[in-house]
Amino acid sequence: MELPVISNTAPAAEGGGCSSSGCGTAPDALGHLPDHIRAKVQDHPCYSEEAHHYFARMHVAVAPACNIQCNYCNRKYDCSNESRPGVVSEVLTPKQAINKVLAVAAEIPQMTVLGIAGPGDPLANPARTFETFEELSARAPDIKLCVSTNGLNLPMYVDRIAQHNIDHVTITINCVDPEVGAKIYPWIFWENKRIFGVEGARILIEQQQKGLQMLTDRGILVKVNSVLIPGVNDEHLKEVSKIVKAKGAFLHNVMPLIAEAEHGTYYGIMEQPEPTPEMLQDLQDACAGDMAMMRHCRQCRADAVGLLGEDRGDEFTMDKIDVMEVDYEAAMVRRKVVHDEIIEKLDAKRGIVKPKAEELGIPADARPVLMAVAGKNGVVAEHFGHAKEFLVYEASPAGVRFMSHRKTELYCGGMDVCGDGDVAEAGATESLLDRNIRVLEGCEVVLCSKVGYEPWAKLEAAGIAPNGEHAMEPIEEAVMAVYKEIAATGKLSPSAEDRKVA
Amino acid sequence: MALQITESCVNCWACVDVCPNDAIFEDKPHFLIDDGKCTECLGDHSVPQCAAICPIEMAIVDELGAFLNPPGSLTGIPIEKLKQFGLWKDAA
Repeated sequence: MELPVISNTAPAAEGGGCSSSGCGTAPDALGHLPDHIRAKVQDHPCYSEEAHHYFARMHVAVAPACNIQCNYCNRKYDCSNESRPGVVSEVLTPKQAINKVLAVAAEIPQMTVLGIAGPGDPLANPARTFETFEELSARAPDIKLCVSTNGLNLPMYVDRIAQHNIDHVTITINCVDPEVGAKIYPWIFWENKRIFGVEGARILIEQQQKGLQMLTDRGILVKVNSVLIPGVNDEHLKEVSKIVKAKGAFLHNVMPLIAEAEHGTYYGIMEQPEPTPEMLQDLQDACAGDMAMMRHCRQCRADAVGLLGEDRGDEFTMDKIDVMEVDYEAAMVRRKVVHDEIIEKLDAKRGIVKPKAEELGIPADARPVLMAVAGKNGVVAEHFGHAKEFLVYEASPAGVRFMSHRKTELYCGGMDVCGDGDVAEAGATESLLDRNIRVLEGCEVVLCSKVGYEPWAKLEAAGIAPNGEHAMEPIEEAVMAVYKEIAATGKLSPSAEDRKVA
Repeated sequence: MALQITESCVNCWACVDVCPNDAIFEDKPHFLIDDGKCTECLGDHSVPQCAAICPIEMAIVDELGAFLNPPGSLTGIPIEKLKQFGLWKDAA
């Protein structure tokens, strides 16, 4: 059975979805874009929700220097066990980076995109960044190049960006008001001076906005990243979204603040709260309007390799790359075959027309229901206690749509117990299981391949119905099937609101 | 007169790119300043460039060992918090 999938944004276009091979995100969130832009992003995993299941990206860490300080960043950090922006294991020279890219591209033909994202600001390292881009655009013309920046130096490098065929740029814009900016950026380095506070933030914002306009005027695709910082820029981001959209940014990616004291950041040490998954989702919804919001971002490291959400960086350390023999001319031929196959598969999926919700017996006035899914490769695959993240879907009469991913912490001891045997650490106010259940706030059902007795009871007590009956089924089919079951009980009609399970 | 880099340095290259005298060079375990070349930017800039861009407190000191960016001066983290997290030092 095929199910309707709706967009995050404009009225649902027919078809699509990746019910068979990914997290089931909506493919037509980019539906409002002109064809030439869609063609540019269809194989870019960071921009196209659809593409991120099939195409891989890599970042090379050639840009260690930075020219601003953000309160969510600590430049002392260097850890291989963590995955978040700004963290890398080894900084590479441009030559090392080029060897690494060619080796990875030959080994992983699905790798279509090379980004320079840090660990500092790429445009604060112009010589290292552009040497890498220049050499790669000559030697590996089949790889798309992109760059992320805080925007401070953007206006002075827009022409070089255009010259090196970099047609995707990400700017991190957290504010358009210097007063808000002063709470996020303690200082910038500008015209040979360190400039603190509101004045520094004012210059940064001015350069970001100028750079954004210059890029879109030249037809370069711009995605805007924003970090949601509760109490600092949460309401303000709605304004940011409107402004960047008006200037021609094609995608807005609102990411949650990461603030742990052990990271040593200002926000971490000052106990600035992180947003809850619900807050993030509400803000993404509020910013959506008719602009594409990106919801599949995994906030990856500045040296990540592979599909989003995975990191194969360990397979490509410099000592391993040094002994690899790469024939890139031959690799390009293989890569072309793989890319064409994937694009063909995606095109075929877009053509599939799915039945309308009413044909499935869902009343048109049924209320939407959020469901969390322990999914893998597009199917309900994971045991409750093994899920590293839950994918949150909304089922409504209009169909099933992907809303967000919510990270969990692993606590499960083994296959036999599946979630049983949870204990609170000494001094902790709640156990990991309790915390993971709290992450599911707002969801009425959790779908997984198996749930242990202990989490089962706790989930029910929290008003979340555990469901292990759809193991290995495609996610969207399973979500719609459960939605149909709930509809059949009459619990979805508006009058039944007060009787609802959650 | 010359500035020096301390063990707090994280080798981010920022200072190397802005030094007007090419006085900073890569070394292990951290970058160093050639005291024969360093002028503390006198005659070139109003402030020493390495200290103006360095993101790490306590990483650059003058001849007397005084921090050009003392603890808390760049992050705004209050002294009591720095002490609590073991991030406080009086001098190099």
